[in-house]
Amino acid sequence: MEVISKREADKTVIYLLGELDNHNSAYARSKMDALLEDVGTNIVIFDLKLLSFMDSTGIGVLIGRYKKMKDTLQMFVRNPNKTIDKIFQMAGLYQVFSKV
Amino acid sequence: MTENKMTLTVDAISINVGFTRSVVAAFVSQLNPTVEEVGDIKTAVSEAITNCVVHAYSNNGGQAQIKVAVKGKIVEIEIVDYGQGIDDVAKAMQPFFTSSYCEERSGMGFTVMQAMMDTLDVTSSLGVGTTVKMTKKITSSVEV
Repeated sequence: MEVISKREADKTVIYLLGELDNHNSAYARSKMDALLEDVGTNIVIFDLKLLSFMDSTGIGVLIGRYKKMKDTLQMFVRNPNKTIDKIFQMAGLYQVFSKV
Repeated sequence: MTENKMTLTVDAISINVGFTRSVVAAFVSQLNPTVEEVGDIKTAVSEAITNCVVHAYSNNGGQAQIKVAVKGKIVEIEIVDYGQGIDDVAKAMQPFFTSSYCEERSGMGFTVMQAMMDTLDVTSSLGVGTTVKMTKKITSSVEV
């Protein structure tokens, strides 16, 4: 998997690419932390368009990033596929990452 | 009713989680499932195998056996480990319950399996291992 960021006006978009599971969660976590530490905007959107797979490991990764950065950043999510959307709904993730 | 089955034995290590869910998805493709149905099955399998890796064997490796059968439009999946077992299955299946809070685990593995599949049955014995059985009907399938 890969994690990259792009600036969109006053927002930072963090793209998650590939598959997020237990095997690559440590890499995803450290890459996301590095990008969020240095983000330069108050609004971050996680774009999941190119995330082809995520299991409940991803819930832990995203909630962990939210807990670390919630005091300084507003975080949103966009473009989950249908299965990932189902996971977000059942875990209540849209309560902390509003869908845009 | 057409019936077909496969068995796969893998080391329960994290690099095999993606491999296993891909193998199961490839086998199930004979039923012509939708992309969403394949995604649901891959996710449920991923959860079950991750449990083997992380909880049954505490990331120290061991063996996991994956049996998949297609019977008409029904997919039956059985995932067996020979690890430490689960003390209280009902408690382990509660949403957000995890025995590894320090690792940012969500505790949603069994909840996700339940949501993605039609049935889920978990049996476990301490020191013996755990068996997860799941079924899903492929609604879009054309029987062959």
